[in-house]
Amino acid sequence: MAKEKKGVRLEHISKIYKDPKTGKDFYAVKDANLEIEPGSFVTLLGPSGCGKTTTLRMIAGFESPDEGEIYLGNEPINALTPNKRDTAMVFQSYALLPHYNIFDNVAYGLKLRKLDKSVIKEKVTDILKLVGLEGMENRMTNQLSGGQQQRVALARALVIEPGVLLFDEPLSNLDAKLRVSMRTEIRRIQQEAGITAIYVTHDQSEAMAISDKVIIMNKGLVEQISTPQEAYYYPNNKFVADFIGEANFLNGTVKSQDVVVIDGAEVKCSTGSMEPGAQCSVVLRPEGAFLGDNGAIRGKVMYSCFMGAYQDYHIQVADALVKIQEYNPKNKKIYNVGDEVFLNFEDNTLYAL
Amino acid sequence: MAKSQSASLDRKKLLADPIMVTTIILLIVFLTVFILYPLAILLVDSFLTDGHFTMDTFKRVMALPNFRRAISNTLKVGFLVGIASALIGLLFAYVEVYVKLRTKFMEGLFKVVSMLPVVSPPFVLSLSMIMLFGKAGIITRFLLHIYDNSVYGFWGIAIVQTLTFFPVCYMMLKGLLKNIDPSLEEAARDMGASRFKVFMTVTFPLILPGLGNAFLVTFIESSADFANPMIIGGSYDTLATTIYLQITGAYDKQGAAAMAVVLLAITLLMFVVQKYYLEAKSTATLSGKASRERMLITDKSVTVPLTILCSALALFVIIMYICVPFGAMFRTWGYDFHLTFKWFGLVFTKYKGFKAFKDSFILSLISAPITALLSMIISYLVVKRKFKAKGFIEAVSMLAMAVPGTVLGIGYIRGFSGGLFGSGILQGLYGTGAILVIVFIVRSLPTGTRSGISALRQIDKSIEESAYDMGADSFKVFMTVTLPLIKDSFLSGFVTSFVRSITAISAIILLVTPSYLLITVQINEFAEKGSYGIACAFASILILITYSSVLIMNLIIKHFGTSRKVTIEE
Repeated sequence: MAKEKKGVRLEHISKIYKDPKTGKDFYAVKDANLEIEPGSFVTLLGPSGCGKTTTLRMIAGFESPDEGEIYLGNEPINALTPNKRDTAMVFQSYALLPHYNIFDNVAYGLKLRKLDKSVIKEKVTDILKLVGLEGMENRMTNQLSGGQQQRVALARALVIEPGVLLFDEPLSNLDAKLRVSMRTEIRRIQQEAGITAIYVTHDQSEAMAISDKVIIMNKGLVEQISTPQEAYYYPNNKFVADFIGEANFLNGTVKSQDVVVIDGAEVKCSTGSMEPGAQCSVVLRPEGAFLGDNGAIRGKVMYSCFMGAYQDYHIQVADALVKIQEYNPKNKKIYNVGDEVFLNFEDNTLYAL
Repeated sequence: MAKSQSASLDRKKLLADPIMVTTIILLIVFLTVFILYPLAILLVDSFLTDGHFTMDTFKRVMALPNFRRAISNTLKVGFLVGIASALIGLLFAYVEVYVKLRTKFMEGLFKVVSMLPVVSPPFVLSLSMIMLFGKAGIITRFLLHIYDNSVYGFWGIAIVQTLTFFPVCYMMLKGLLKNIDPSLEEAARDMGASRFKVFMTVTFPLILPGLGNAFLVTFIESSADFANPMIIGGSYDTLATTIYLQITGAYDKQGAAAMAVVLLAITLLMFVVQKYYLEAKSTATLSGKASRERMLITDKSVTVPLTILCSALALFVIIMYICVPFGAMFRTWGYDFHLTFKWFGLVFTKYKGFKAFKDSFILSLISAPITALLSMIISYLVVKRKFKAKGFIEAVSMLAMAVPGTVLGIGYIRGFSGGLFGSGILQGLYGTGAILVIVFIVRSLPTGTRSGISALRQIDKSIEESAYDMGADSFKVFMTVTLPLIKDSFLSGFVTSFVRSITAISAIILLVTPSYLLITVQINEFAEKGSYGIACAFASILILITYSSVLIMNLIIKHFGTSRKVTIEE
């Protein structure tokens, strides 16, 4: 539907803010280099204050970068005002115009582009159909539910056929169930419209469900750019490992390219290019281990709780407390607090940092 | 770390928006020429003689005994009026928020009291004070048989100003009290404190900054008040009247300028303390919204005396206002109580009432929409936009609040009678209706801007950002989003500005030329001459005009305001 899918490129982008308490300048975003492919769905993911929204607002034009240049397609856009940029944003608070009805809200951008009335009507009708709001043209915004308002905001952004669609935590004001269905919906509409989308969220499951690529940020720095799978299986560092899903870190020593020694036991673990003898942190996902009466690493059960889908354990291994989830506990031996237990690992589940 | 790139990009983005840049430049020019320049010229005037810096002018005016007296008079009156108004305001606010008095009658009384100062010309109470308690006063002469009571002087001014200004304090404190979380007081009660103890240890400390705020605002108003001391002051002169007499009686423009600087320094000091210290403090302590409804006090030993006290005060104020139209309907106040329309007749025949009402009405009607629009633009720029001169625009438009009308009037005389810096540029403005319109605008701008700013702060920033993001430029955003969303604030700014202008006197009495007759100037003139019948007739019609404009505005807001959508569409 979009006239032209555009990519976005950030070259050495930094943004400096003044801390209101200390009066000192700090980097809200530091030296971000991003290449966003045309037509892809990319998520900026990170905890609050990591610089993800600032990055998005720089792309939209509401903030100006202190270093670097932003390109939309091949055009540098640093000096363009938001109204001159080929981007459209879906805001966290929806930001619908409360004095207009749904039709006028969606038609707002088209009217500014001085399109023919009949063309506007056709486009608005089509787009409302796409987001599942046909027949609601004459409602006022305060007569819609949160989910419906979000669809209007999406329709309003889509209808002007922007080169890039920007989302600023669009689902954070919705309840949990609606969030899940809306994110599938957003993904479907983006695919159907074939548009480039940049999406900001702090919710890692949302990011995984929706994106082709995730850009994980922390304290203004880009920590990793990869597919959600890569970020989960091969995190660049402890922050990413801990932020994407749950992670346990076990201290180990590299023995060879795919063997690490943990607590005296040799386990299979990919170590990348680490030298033998190097100290490393081994990332263990809670679902990556199974318990047995004998096996690789010895531990002691400190906590054991039935959660329905899985049995939740905290197990003391050497100097670390490891969280393990054993799925389908009905068919497995249940260990109680104080029991001695051994951890076993499936192949390809451990990853050394 | 260098923030230079973002600064230069922001500048580029701003320059890409010619309408916005033009607006900002025009605003800066307007504020500089019509607020800063006249004040600066007063400083130049009083410190510079024959091109030399000198304190001579100040020494000269300070040596005038009547000026020294005026300073102490102004401070004394301001202090007393400030305290009395804040306390009476607190009483009313407390009774409204804390005490159960759900009778229609009491609610009506409170509403009228809060409304009166808005719709009435500033000196109406002086008129009725004289008519009720003066030598020929109904109460003094006919009820109490006192034949030589003098209402003129310190007590006259103090009483009249207190009654004029306390409703403002009442409205300010009401807002603060409503924001106190009732559970704070309930917790104190629960721990065993008596109601009086709760008030002294919880409520009172919480609103103390707000009370100080109310005191200072009233102090500024009192010091700047020209009309009441003029009419009821007698020989008791305050700074505002002394300055006026210095220029109209002694023709000493330089001396008047120096005196104006002194008055300005006083009000400015108060304003700075109020604005940057107390205002921040009073909102910081009471930022929380009340979590639920307050249990109203129903205890008879509390409600009965408070109710009686408030109703008595309110009724007294209302009687004083009612006195004015009656004053216009008796043949000779104090002697001959036959009803007559001769004063109203004289107003429109001998004293060119039609012209006075037409001139006042038209000039105010021209200035009102300009003021309303200007204050909305300033609010928009201050709240929603980022640019370098923003601080300047906000500060100067708020500064106008602290400038007494008399000071502004002198500044305009000194600044424009010979053109800008005596160069003849803009000299054509002096003596025209245009300069009166400009004075009206400058005098009403702070109120409008303040209401616009608070209205805009309620609106989520992203609503305007979304319009901007869709491709609208600043002008389009302002016209299609901002203005429709603060329509109510715009309308009330329109009417407030209209009412303030049509009832204004302090600045324009110095600037008006014989080609314009203004109602307030007429009232002042006849009241000074002792022609109370004519003065009351003018004032009654004026009150009628202002009252109906407020009613019309309320009707318009009710039918076309922002609340409409919810009620009609559902």
